[in-house]
Amino acid sequence: MSEETTHMVPYRTQLAVLLALLVLTGLSVAITQLEFGSYNTLAAMLLAGAKAVIVLAWYMHLKYEKQLFPVMVAAVFVIFLLVLFVTFFDYSYR
Amino acid sequence: MTIHRDDLADKFGMWLFIFTELLLFGMLFVVYAVYRSMHPEAFRIAGEELDVAMGTINTVILLISSATVAMSITAIQKGDKKRCLQLLSITLLIAVIFMVNKYFEWGAKFEYGFYPGSDVLAELGHGTILFFGLYFFMTGIHALHILIGIGLFIYVMLQVKNNKIHQTDYIWLENTGLYWHLVDLIWIFLFPLFYLIH
Repeated sequence: MSEETTHMVPYRTQLAVLLALLVLTGLSVAITQLEFGSYNTLAAMLLAGAKAVIVLAWYMHLKYEKQLFPVMVAAVFVIFLLVLFVTFFDYSYR
Repeated sequence: MTIHRDDLADKFGMWLFIFTELLLFGMLFVVYAVYRSMHPEAFRIAGEELDVAMGTINTVILLISSATVAMSITAIQKGDKKRCLQLLSITLLIAVIFMVNKYFEWGAKFEYGFYPGSDVLAELGHGTILFFGLYFFMTGIHALHILIGIGLFIYVMLQVKNNKIHQTDYIWLENTGLYWHLVDLIWIFLFPLFYLIH
């Protein structure tokens, strides 16, 4: 048997999280309809990043898990950013 | 005799699988980033071909389905089997609606001749071919994940119905939830990168 005491997230919290995600979605649609040039993409990515963090923390329970879980997830994102960096480094200086 | 159970290990395994998924899609995002940086104008024009309204609807319903899965776990923790099944039914329904929308969306693209290897695309140059190649490949793999999710939800709902998943043993539901949130997480990035380029 598992000895874990699992955390129960109340319905209210989950609906509040949904509301936040919907607001951020609306914001990203609205902001990209404006003409900010390359800032549009940056803004859209920052908003998507915020949504991702919310989903990971609350819906995927990282907020309530053992510390090992968020550390591993962060490591995966660091690997992703490194690959992105190295790839662009390669393409930019060919 | 009690059967050995280790929920933490089960969850850990699920997360390891999620990491492989994140890297799979992550590398596709790297490919997208490189080609977009090489063909910024073609990507921008091609992106405007996509239906923002349809993309937004799919984003909103997918977020709602993420909430209903998360709430179904709360329901099972409370031992509320009926509520749990109701919430999972909504999730399943939304997954099916997502696929129906995708069918119409892709169908419209095919009608205009925008499909991999089409003559219309061949005339529009490299950037457009790359954009639609990535669009079909990435949203296609994502849609495949939705289909697998539909299968998982049917299985999990039957298990809940038959009391195989219950208040003290719901790791299957939890891991299916994790999977579904991953599918949502990927869409969170696919949506602005394909539909909201201006």
